[in-house]
Amino acid sequence: MANLEIRGLSKQFKTGKVLDRVSLTAENGEIIAVFGPSGSGKTVLLRLIAGVEQPDEGQILLGGRDVTGHAPEARGVGMAFQNFALFPHMSAFDNVASALTAHNVPRDVIRRKVEKVASLLKIEHVLGHAPRELSNGQKQRTALARALVAEPKILLLDDPLRNVDAKLRYEMRLELPSLLKASGSTVLYVTQDYKEAMALGDRIAVLSDRDFAQVARPAEIYGKPATSNVASLFGDPTINLTPVEPLASPTGPKIEIGGASLSLPPGYSHMAGTRCILGLRAESIVVEDAGSPENIPVEVAAVTPLNERTLLLLRTNDGHEILASEPGTDESPRRHGPAFARFNADAVLLFDAASGRRIEPQAA
Amino acid sequence: MEHTSLLERVVRSVLIALIVLFFLFPIFWIFLMSFQTNEDILRIPPSLLFTPTLSNYAALITGKLVSTAGTLDIAFMRNLWNSVLLSTTSVVIALILGVPAAYAFARFKFRLGEDIAFTLLSFRFAPPLLVLLPLSLYFQQLGLTDTYVGLIWVYQLIALPLILWIVRGYFEDLSPDIEYAYRVAGHSWWRTFTRIAIPLAGPGIAAAGLLAFIFCWNNFVFALILASAEKQPVTVGALAFVTASGIQYGQIAAAIVLSVAPTLALALYAQRYLVEGLSLGAVKG
Repeated sequence: MANLEIRGLSKQFKTGKVLDRVSLTAENGEIIAVFGPSGSGKTVLLRLIAGVEQPDEGQILLGGRDVTGHAPEARGVGMAFQNFALFPHMSAFDNVASALTAHNVPRDVIRRKVEKVASLLKIEHVLGHAPRELSNGQKQRTALARALVAEPKILLLDDPLRNVDAKLRYEMRLELPSLLKASGSTVLYVTQDYKEAMALGDRIAVLSDRDFAQVARPAEIYGKPATSNVASLFGDPTINLTPVEPLASPTGPKIEIGGASLSLPPGYSHMAGTRCILGLRAESIVVEDAGSPENIPVEVAAVTPLNERTLLLLRTNDGHEILASEPGTDESPRRHGPAFARFNADAVLLFDAASGRRIEPQAA
Repeated sequence: MEHTSLLERVVRSVLIALIVLFFLFPIFWIFLMSFQTNEDILRIPPSLLFTPTLSNYAALITGKLVSTAGTLDIAFMRNLWNSVLLSTTSVVIALILGVPAAYAFARFKFRLGEDIAFTLLSFRFAPPLLVLLPLSLYFQQLGLTDTYVGLIWVYQLIALPLILWIVRGYFEDLSPDIEYAYRVAGHSWWRTFTRIAIPLAGPGIAAAGLLAFIFCWNNFVFALILASAEKQPVTVGALAFVTASGIQYGQIAAAIVLSVAPTLALALYAQRYLVEGLSLGAVKG
């Protein structure tokens, strides 16, 4: 049974519509990473589910129960706010315990539960401190502990790693998945870091333009993005997007790029003559020293070594700039100057230029 | 600060000393006067050397004013008690009414909300004399003249707008997310108000309450018109020292010292609440 279901949720503020008939279903114990650029309505979505804001239309069902219009305290969700929202006049212990004191839990049970979750999050030594005495990382863990301690069926995490430093963020990214899985809660995890979304989410819900552009497993989002926009949100460096128009030829569909003609997989032959956008991941471009019919001449304009790989900025004869990456260390032999780029044809993505939607290659 | 020259520091100290002297000297002088007889006070030139006497305080506390013209009864202690009763009750009622109202104005947008808030503030603009005549007529009809209830009611004109507007600002400074976090944790709206909003606005509520208390305490004209000797506070009661046989400066000074003491003590006590930091670092912007 779906533990969390939202149906046609819309929310409008004075500044305009933020969410437009958004729907989503999450199964028991599933972690959904809600990903999107800042201002795309991720936080609003979470606040609607928590009951902190009320939707203009649509329904919210938690565990099959329609809670639309119910007060926040009647929903039984756990939520970690992006700004932590700790109670400044209470100790860290009381902050965490506040999620239990509302429900007539005996004091020794509260103590046991708070200490358990605190040791899990490694904050047991600061439970007696006031929030102002905690470091940012400890504040974030306290806020997380407060959301987790009551073992809610639904856990809403609003970009909890945003305000912590890079080292802690990296550690938490490793620890959080097992922690969240162990909690057994259905988790909605808001983030604007695609790596975090890929690391944490069983599925990723990409929020863009007031609605979900795609809800799918991380590998699918990366390999088969629904639109060129989704493709450009995932991946570092950003996917290369180039407008092209495939041509039919006896040997299969071809595209003209950089003054050379390259073959596309035969599944795209139906797109001949349609304006498209070619999507190429940096890692599916191979830079070679010798020319061949299957590669195009380029100029290597910039070389950026990034330890385990090297980023190359290629410029084609007609001025297109393409980002490529190749595995290699600091001592990459690659130098500025002429070279040849070959595209891994199987990794090519093709999007409709008008709608931005990805074109599925047809079975041969 | 280490860049300030010696001259600058000297000038600054002198200026500060002058200002302190200007404001504190009258209080100091009154304090001395309260231990002097009328003869000492009126001696020319005035002298710092005198035989201190407690007769002024004795007269105030016993309520018997002995002068050349005979013995006069004064109700100073009664007036002092009236002041305490009127001010305290007024502030307590204004807090009970004003704090929830301030919260509502800070958190909820409702029709005419701003207009209502501004109307309440505008009570502070109007000169009291403007409303006193109609008010005293109404009070006579309602039978509220010369009653504590009537005075406390009128004192709300002083206390309520002050509390409402100061506390509202403090509530607006609180992040609503802190309250939402408490509600999401399962607590009711009322519990959130009493356990989160009020404690966090505590310093502001204390400051507003203290200011309102001082303003009520210092009020003169409402009580002068609307109350008789039986119900009037010290501010009005001090008029009794202007007697047929002259002005009793010594008693007036002692009365001032006694009537300033409660507000001064309260201000000193509440100071730490006023200074206490408001943003306690729980929310990162």
